[in-house]
Amino acid sequence: MDQGNKDHAALAERFNEDEPRVNWHDETLWWVRAKRDKAAHTLPEWEQLREAASQIKNNVLSNLSEYLLQFEEKAKANGVVVHWAADAKDHNEIVYALLQQNGISRIVKSKSMLTEECHLNDYLQQQGIEVIDTDLGERIVQLANEPPSHIVLPCIHKKKEEIGELFHEHLGTPAGNADPKFLANAARLNLREKFLTRRAAMTGVNFAVAETGEFVVCTNEGNADMGAHLADVHIACMGIEKIVPQRNHLSVFLRLLARSATGQPVTTYSSHFKKPRKGQQMHIVLVDNGRSVQLGRADFRNSLKCIRCGACMNTCPVYRRSGGHSYHTAIAGPIGSILAPNLDMRKYADLPFASTLCGSCSNVCPVKIDIHDQLYKWRQVLVKEGYAPAAKKIAMQGMTFTLSNPGVYQFAGKAGRWIMDKIPFIVNNKLNPWYKQREMPEPPKQSFGEWYKKNRKDNL
Amino acid sequence: MTVALFVPCYIDQFYPHVAIATLQVLEKAGVTVVYPPKQTCCGQPMANSGFEHLTKGCNELFVKNFTGFDYIVCPSGSCTLHVKQHLHEAENEKEAEYIKAHVYELTEFLTDIVQVEQWDARFPHKVGMHQSCHGQRGLKLSQMSELVAEPFSKPDKLLKMVEGLEIVELSRTDECCGFGGTFCVAEESVSVKMGKDRVDDHLSHGVEYIIGGDMSCLMHMEGILRRQKSKVQVKHIAEILNSH
Repeated sequence: MDQGNKDHAALAERFNEDEPRVNWHDETLWWVRAKRDKAAHTLPEWEQLREAASQIKNNVLSNLSEYLLQFEEKAKANGVVVHWAADAKDHNEIVYALLQQNGISRIVKSKSMLTEECHLNDYLQQQGIEVIDTDLGERIVQLANEPPSHIVLPCIHKKKEEIGELFHEHLGTPAGNADPKFLANAARLNLREKFLTRRAAMTGVNFAVAETGEFVVCTNEGNADMGAHLADVHIACMGIEKIVPQRNHLSVFLRLLARSATGQPVTTYSSHFKKPRKGQQMHIVLVDNGRSVQLGRADFRNSLKCIRCGACMNTCPVYRRSGGHSYHTAIAGPIGSILAPNLDMRKYADLPFASTLCGSCSNVCPVKIDIHDQLYKWRQVLVKEGYAPAAKKIAMQGMTFTLSNPGVYQFAGKAGRWIMDKIPFIVNNKLNPWYKQREMPEPPKQSFGEWYKKNRKDNL
Repeated sequence: MTVALFVPCYIDQFYPHVAIATLQVLEKAGVTVVYPPKQTCCGQPMANSGFEHLTKGCNELFVKNFTGFDYIVCPSGSCTLHVKQHLHEAENEKEAEYIKAHVYELTEFLTDIVQVEQWDARFPHKVGMHQSCHGQRGLKLSQMSELVAEPFSKPDKLLKMVEGLEIVELSRTDECCGFGGTFCVAEESVSVKMGKDRVDDHLSHGVEYIIGGDMSCLMHMEGILRRQKSKVQVKHIAEILNSH
């Protein structure tokens, strides 16, 4: 999908050209937010659960290296092969090498945002490997040759009619049929053949338990299980922050994850993988890809607590009205906007500004990441590192001069109001983005300061 | 008790009647109010744009203007929050810390410090209350819809004392209006869409006025209402408390 070099504002403007579609997108995601609220309110201990999850993750982040080594040791003892990948390139090459060793050129893959982050599909396809995404939403965007627009609901930007057309074109369903049940069944039949014939299956990892070496994969469709159980080779990829110390900590996270994501009490499948079947290979790829760097940034390390529930996207009034693709990164929305600049400040310098700092994201976050405060802090970092547009810099310096000098401020205010009153077209024109769809405030004859001077002389 | 009136720059320049209403409401509450005349701005426009390092001049001026009072009161949740979170002044850190601990948004000052239990005001109209995010989620002036916690609202507590006032229940009680400081021009399309949707929520409930504690949100929604040629007006909560 060609996003060009456009920034969030430009891509969001394009998304907003079709207002009824924006309304539909907003209402669909608000409905998910409302479901989340309802589910959260069924648990009086909800806020305590969030606090517990946040503190467990604090512990994990402070002792990450030890937990990772513990996990590796236990996993190895269980018969799992553990691989370490420093970055996306490493990760992709490890996966490819495993497929080559086994002579495999076609694989199935259940949802993994990490593989999106590493652009694994593109890489493998370039090496001649066919990858079939088996999560229904991901399969749909794959057929459309688009990236996911949401980490939990990858094709939330697509209407059922558009999915019907895609399936007609790629899976041979009757033209004009957009019945969700029918389409889901068509996808199921099509995918079944892939599950039965592909010898390698990739999955993501939601949680990896340090004390046991097991990992948990959560899906609603059972596609991870179908893939992993039928394949000779199971490759699970995880970011190094996915560790939890003990198995009983899952009782906190599994309760939070699905409620936050979709309003379900728990995911339909929360599958624990511990050791390979007889004759099967099980591999885990532990991926850093910038996480250690983020861990070293005191202001931003908390972002690594994220359990990828997507609640911050569903609640974000900007995300709902700009669509996931406007963030031009694998993980969109508020959380993506604090993760992406860590990977590439220049490329993602726009994202921390794609927010009103309303704070709703931090309030829904099940692990209590201070997302909106981090957005503010990223803005400071990006400007200091030189990623602010020159025009903005000049405007801010002018504003600073005016606001730091009471005399200049009072004069500028008076002059500005005089212009707005006497020669309004100087501000009321299409060069002023405020005026494009909004009226300017009506300038009063006198400021409060001037009024006070006249009416409350005695106090001065 | 002597209170310094902190008037946000855009209220000073565009909505002086809101500052006058704030002054009169505070006087009606029985406090002595002083307006330091050399005040300008808290520096939030620069800080939220990533230029917090340019706010030194504003901070110095702020500390100079607002030192020596029992409290500092402001008719804006957003500007109050900025001062509370980001005011620093290396040379007068003690004074800056005092200000940060004693700066209050108007409604929380009335409910928490003055502890108003009765209020003489009349505004016989149907209104929608727009909560600013910085006031609500930042200063915690009222409970937030995302949390599983007991409801409360400081502005509503005051508004309930106003005779004849009818507050409608909105479909989305605390969704952001999309103003967001420089966001309103940098992300013009999303900002306006958010504003239109907020305005629609109020209009669909038949309000005569959209009221709120932050004039910046109201300025944004007023711009949209006036472009739509709507008869619905915006009013600051200080104006409601000052109505008879």
